[in-house]
Amino acid sequence: MLEFIQNPWPWWFSGIIISAVMFFLLFFGKSFGFSSNLRTICSLSGAGKKVKLFDFDWKTQAWNLVFLVGAAIGGYIAHQFLTADEVPVIAAATTEELKQLGFGEAKSIQPEELFSLESLFTLKGFLVMAIGGLLVGFGSRYAGGCTSGHAISGISDLQVPSIIAVVGFFIGGLIMTHLIFPLIF
Amino acid sequence: MKFIKFLIVGIVFGIVMAKSEALSWYRIQEMFRFQSFHMYGIIGTAVTLGIIGVALIKRFKLRDIDGNPILFTPKDKSVKRYLFGGTIFGLGWALSGACPGPMVVNIGYGFVTFLVVLAFAVIGTYLYGVFQKKLPH
Repeated sequence: MLEFIQNPWPWWFSGIIISAVMFFLLFFGKSFGFSSNLRTICSLSGAGKKVKLFDFDWKTQAWNLVFLVGAAIGGYIAHQFLTADEVPVIAAATTEELKQLGFGEAKSIQPEELFSLESLFTLKGFLVMAIGGLLVGFGSRYAGGCTSGHAISGISDLQVPSIIAVVGFFIGGLIMTHLIFPLIF
Repeated sequence: MKFIKFLIVGIVFGIVMAKSEALSWYRIQEMFRFQSFHMYGIIGTAVTLGIIGVALIKRFKLRDIDGNPILFTPKDKSVKRYLFGGTIFGLGWALSGACPGPMVVNIGYGFVTFLVVLAFAVIGTYLYGVFQKKLPH
């Protein structure tokens, strides 16, 4: 049991829990959509005075901000108390291709080449993080949802817009990985 | 106290994203290189159970905790906004290795760099709001 908890959890277990998260939120009268929080934070910061998209009562979304805080606490708990060895077992082919781009063997779940503070304080390291975040924030609101709202909630309801959005997620992801990565790394 | 249930569900979400390594940049790279089943297994399992569960909720007209019917609002019909918005999102997802949920889980996990990613995701959302009227939808 302890071993199961401390080792990485299998995909099927994760999938079951994620669908359970969605059903619990539906049962609580809400829906699973994480990127709505980004819009709520804009509203909370007073952006509604200038931009119509953010002119709504953020308190109606307070529950989702509480969910966000919970997600951060969950990350903390998982790292501090539930993880024995955090070196991920990455597919050999991926490790090899990333090596060509200058990424060494994985030492933790995130590559230090991108996510260490040393990297963040370089111009390139900072730009990668900033542009990555910018695109995710802009794109999720443009598409009306992110992985949770479209790929999980929307497709569970067999909504065509969500299927189109997920096709878009993959077009973007494949362009970045296969065409842009070789140019920037 | 009415918020505690959302906190608990959020904690469960955060733990499972971390423990199944779905917050890892490497795992997203495996996915976009079609070299591992892991992420497809996670999303595929969640969606399969989701489709079955949503169909059951509709079939039996289930109600939520307050006794209101659980309703699903169809999203606006369009192709452009989902395709263009989705593609922009995908570019950022592959670059930063995280969609909005995992960004926050990563911060809790201890990767403070994601504070920058999240801050710029908020700025990106704001910029969409500013340019919304000028974009094809």
